[in-house]
Amino acid sequence: MKVLVTVKRVIDYNVKVRVKSDHSDVDLGNVKMALNPFCEIAVEEAVRLKEAGSAAEVVVVSVGRKACQEQVRTALALGADRGIHIETEASPESLNVAKLLAKVVEHEQPDLIITGKQAIDSDNNQTGQMLAALLNLPQGTFASELKLTDGTVNVTREVDGGLQTVALKLPAIVTTDLRLNEPRYASLPNIMKAKRKPLEVKTPADLGVETKTHTKLVKVTPPAERQGGITVSSVDELVEKLKYDAKVI
Amino acid sequence: MRESMEFDVVIVGAGPAGLSTACRLMQQANDAGQELSVCVVEKGSEVGAHILSGAVVEPRALNELFPDWKEMGAPLKTEVTEDRIYLLKDDQKSSKIPNFLVPKTMHNHGNYIASVGNLCRWLAEQAEQLGVEVFPGFPASYIIYGDDGQVAGIGTGDMGLDEEGNQKDTYMPGMDLLAKYTVFTEGCRGHLGKELIAKYQLNAGKDAQHYGIGIKELWDIDPAKHEPGLVLHGTGWPLSFKESEGGASGGFFLYHAEDNQVVVGLITDLNYDNPHLSPFDEFQRMKHHPLIADTLTGGKRVSYGARAITKGGYNALPKMSMPGALLLGCDAGTLNFSKIKGTHTAMKSGMVAAETLFEVLKISNEGGQNLTAYGDNFKDSWVYEELYTSRNFGPALHKYGTVIGSALNYIDQNIVSLPFTIHDNYPDYNQLKSANAYSPIDYQKPDGVLSFDKPSSVFLSNTNHEESQPCHLQLSDYSIPLGKNLIMFDEPAQRYCPAGVYEVIEGEKGSKQFQINSQNCLHCKTCDIKDPTQNITWVTPEGGGGPNYPNM
Amino acid sequence: MAILIIAEHDNSTLKGATLNAVAAACQIDADLDLLVAGAECQAVAEQASKVMGVSKVLLADHSAYEHQLAENLCELVVELSRNYSHVIAPATSNGKNVLPRVAALLDVAQISDITSVESEDTFQRPIYAGNAIATVQSQDPIKVLTVRGAAFDAAVAEGGAAEIVAIATVCNDELSSFVGEEVAVSDRPELTAAKVVISGGRGMGNGENFSLLEKVADKLGAAVGASRAAVDAGFVPNDMQVGQTGKIVAPELYIAVGISGAIQHLAGMKDSKVIVAINKDEEAPIFQVADYGLVADLFEAVPELEAKL
Repeated sequence: MKVLVTVKRVIDYNVKVRVKSDHSDVDLGNVKMALNPFCEIAVEEAVRLKEAGSAAEVVVVSVGRKACQEQVRTALALGADRGIHIETEASPESLNVAKLLAKVVEHEQPDLIITGKQAIDSDNNQTGQMLAALLNLPQGTFASELKLTDGTVNVTREVDGGLQTVALKLPAIVTTDLRLNEPRYASLPNIMKAKRKPLEVKTPADLGVETKTHTKLVKVTPPAERQGGITVSSVDELVEKLKYDAKVI
Repeated sequence: MRESMEFDVVIVGAGPAGLSTACRLMQQANDAGQELSVCVVEKGSEVGAHILSGAVVEPRALNELFPDWKEMGAPLKTEVTEDRIYLLKDDQKSSKIPNFLVPKTMHNHGNYIASVGNLCRWLAEQAEQLGVEVFPGFPASYIIYGDDGQVAGIGTGDMGLDEEGNQKDTYMPGMDLLAKYTVFTEGCRGHLGKELIAKYQLNAGKDAQHYGIGIKELWDIDPAKHEPGLVLHGTGWPLSFKESEGGASGGFFLYHAEDNQVVVGLITDLNYDNPHLSPFDEFQRMKHHPLIADTLTGGKRVSYGARAITKGGYNALPKMSMPGALLLGCDAGTLNFSKIKGTHTAMKSGMVAAETLFEVLKISNEGGQNLTAYGDNFKDSWVYEELYTSRNFGPALHKYGTVIGSALNYIDQNIVSLPFTIHDNYPDYNQLKSANAYSPIDYQKPDGVLSFDKPSSVFLSNTNHEESQPCHLQLSDYSIPLGKNLIMFDEPAQRYCPAGVYEVIEGEKGSKQFQINSQNCLHCKTCDIKDPTQNITWVTPEGGGGPNYPNM
Repeated sequence: MAILIIAEHDNSTLKGATLNAVAAACQIDADLDLLVAGAECQAVAEQASKVMGVSKVLLADHSAYEHQLAENLCELVVELSRNYSHVIAPATSNGKNVLPRVAALLDVAQISDITSVESEDTFQRPIYAGNAIATVQSQDPIKVLTVRGAAFDAAVAEGGAAEIVAIATVCNDELSSFVGEEVAVSDRPELTAAKVVISGGRGMGNGENFSLLEKVADKLGAAVGASRAAVDAGFVPNDMQVGQTGKIVAPELYIAVGISGAIQHLAGMKDSKVIVAINKDEEAPIFQVADYGLVADLFEAVPELEAKL
């Protein structure tokens, strides 16, 4: 079985983002970039499938600028076998990413595709579902557990108020949630080996995809600062306010 | 049994010294068509993540290492256009020192205002292109010694241990990186450098090393107030230098960098004797001085960080070679304090090391030799000359105070070299006087506009450590913080730490507890330096932990 | 053109998140159709018809829709959406699951998690975990949106009388099938999913005192969290931490007890709808973000609060 994993280069989760003073976007100059945490979980899951003997090959793919080859290498150091980088300008919209990935899937014919449920920069939570739609494949989003059986994968999903398990016919798309696994650390020898693993670079033109603009980013602003409210003098007053003014209890 | 890998040269720390060593080694190897394996380990999550410096960079070493660095896109873009030096007299007044009275080491013509973090990011790219293996996120946590007592490499730290040191599911043992030669460039007060200095008695016959703590912020300012290339230095207020208030010396800097940004900082010498002094709060109140506030008002703070500097200079510079290893840059103490610059000297110390090492490796493939030739080569370089001629600068300030010391420095640096050497042999850690000797300093509450508290500052350093791991700030004796330091010095760690790592918490019924919030740690090493009983040992936390400084 | 809203329900009850989505849609257009797709969900359709602002309820009642499987639901929505200018779902796990699939098949973008309607094609949404707000303009003929509930006051659930229209279309491609579900049985909800969170800080004094908060949590169906200071002091385990490296929570009600309000903590809870702070130090920064502040000894105030709930 072949598993395809998608990865995205994003700002490191430890770094506080700052909106540029001209409100055109956030400032990413010289900040630490990293593998999107949900993508890291996707890579880990695929590598575990390989270690368990369920998968024969793990292919990792990323869409974006040249710099995202660094994240492909990270995924290779974590255990993926080979990488594909689709080189584009800036950060393409989810639908365009999904269209590019769909072409890769058509070419690679994986049995299982694992993506992160969302990227921690755009917080869109779209690409996996869109890819599933374009390929007319079943989807198991927000996965906290995967079980492979003959020709199907059972995905336990984290849904509001509990868990839902669905059975998907393979090939299928799974998007990862936080509790699916805890990713390993890349070891030094594996980081060195990753430098020699194959990494193929393609352009949207190579894949025959013409990307289109669907949305315009008008501006990016810092969130409104929260204002202090009122001081209550007693627990009774607090309970009353919460019941009748705020209506939250 | 831990796994191991072998290299010709292993370099500890991807700062200016380590990366210059790496680049120069590979340049020579590539020129000679010789195979050479060089690896750099770095504890930060990426190269540059733990680098914090002023900085006005003198490009002398870079000119030698990469003569066409401009075309290659090195991030030195803002040339210094104007130098101003001030004496802050009190919280309102200041006077500009006429140029002709300024020691010539403080003139910055031809230098660049730059982020040394970004310079290191660039140097690491060059190193990788030259064939160096650079491994960020892997701290060298211990030294491996060979059978003959020589340094034989380092071990990287284990990952995935919990607070008690038990293995978690993600446990990954560290690796032994064996090397013919190991180069230690950890920066000021490296924890392995400290071990080497003690083991090989590298500081025998030298003066005690001296340190300062530099606290720095990056600000976006009103474009109307921005003068790219303008450099301000000064001393005086708020660090009091009146005997009755404890003798703290130091100085501030304010540099106008590119993109409407300025960096502002304060270096406080760590030989201060008033245990109530808080370098962090001194810096915060300093920003209210009109000279600085005028520039910052209307701006927004972007980043915050702190790092100790090694400033003992020539008199305190330890022997830099030992069997199988070299100790370079600020890990040894090559900073030129009369210029308040250490990047060019650190880089040069690394380049000389690379040349020394390559000569040795050409002749013998054995490794582990005592690299005494380094001492001679270093002595022949311009770094040595710089450090020697400025050897009196720091001690004069320490011994005679800012005013007379400055006068002596003026004579020494501009007119005629003093024919004698001033020594200052009192280690910084035993300078503190009893808390009763001074009254506590009344620091004003931060206003949230120009001045800030520690938590919101640490927040901007992007610092983090994996929550569950052994504490990397080790106490030799757990009874000292409350049993001794609290009683004698009102536990100064609460104040000298710029990240709020150390707290004395009052519990129920007045009971007290000493708490170490190691997750906040900025890796500045001040605690390791200033603790009066030398009870705190800074060791490497799990790889990738610590600050994530952008553009610092 | 009208707006199609996908209702959130469990085949017997219309969920509150639907009302927030209706409220957001009302700011775009007055002509709102609410799709109730499920199995034996007539009761839901009836509740939906009473929601103020809804023009028409489309009822697709078939076993294929019982578990809101994205593949089947998506096909249905795509078929219906050709007649609408906007397709909207609440940003619930169902909405997030199905709507991007719809958008892709319509060859349009989705704008996720909107928190404000600027105009019929321009919306605000949080990015970078709420640390920045993007204003995004759609250039597509059909706008596909998910709505963050907490950002819009719910539409009125009673008083309307919308017509219920049955939809006969059945989409059942059997790509996926329902296996089972497990409703969270824990007495207390997950920290990140809870509607109410009560957190303790260093002021709690020790770990045992967190039982005071648990008693309040039991009455409110709340999750119990902690500040980093409380975690660092060893009062409670790491996984209870709200803030910087811990969890980001945005409940309807956040009660901070004995928490000073270090910025790391504020960053983790500032998106809560209503914040209550109980602290004896009136200077504590937490009061600067609290909607309701009570300066009091928590050891008296918290038991009293429990008694009066």
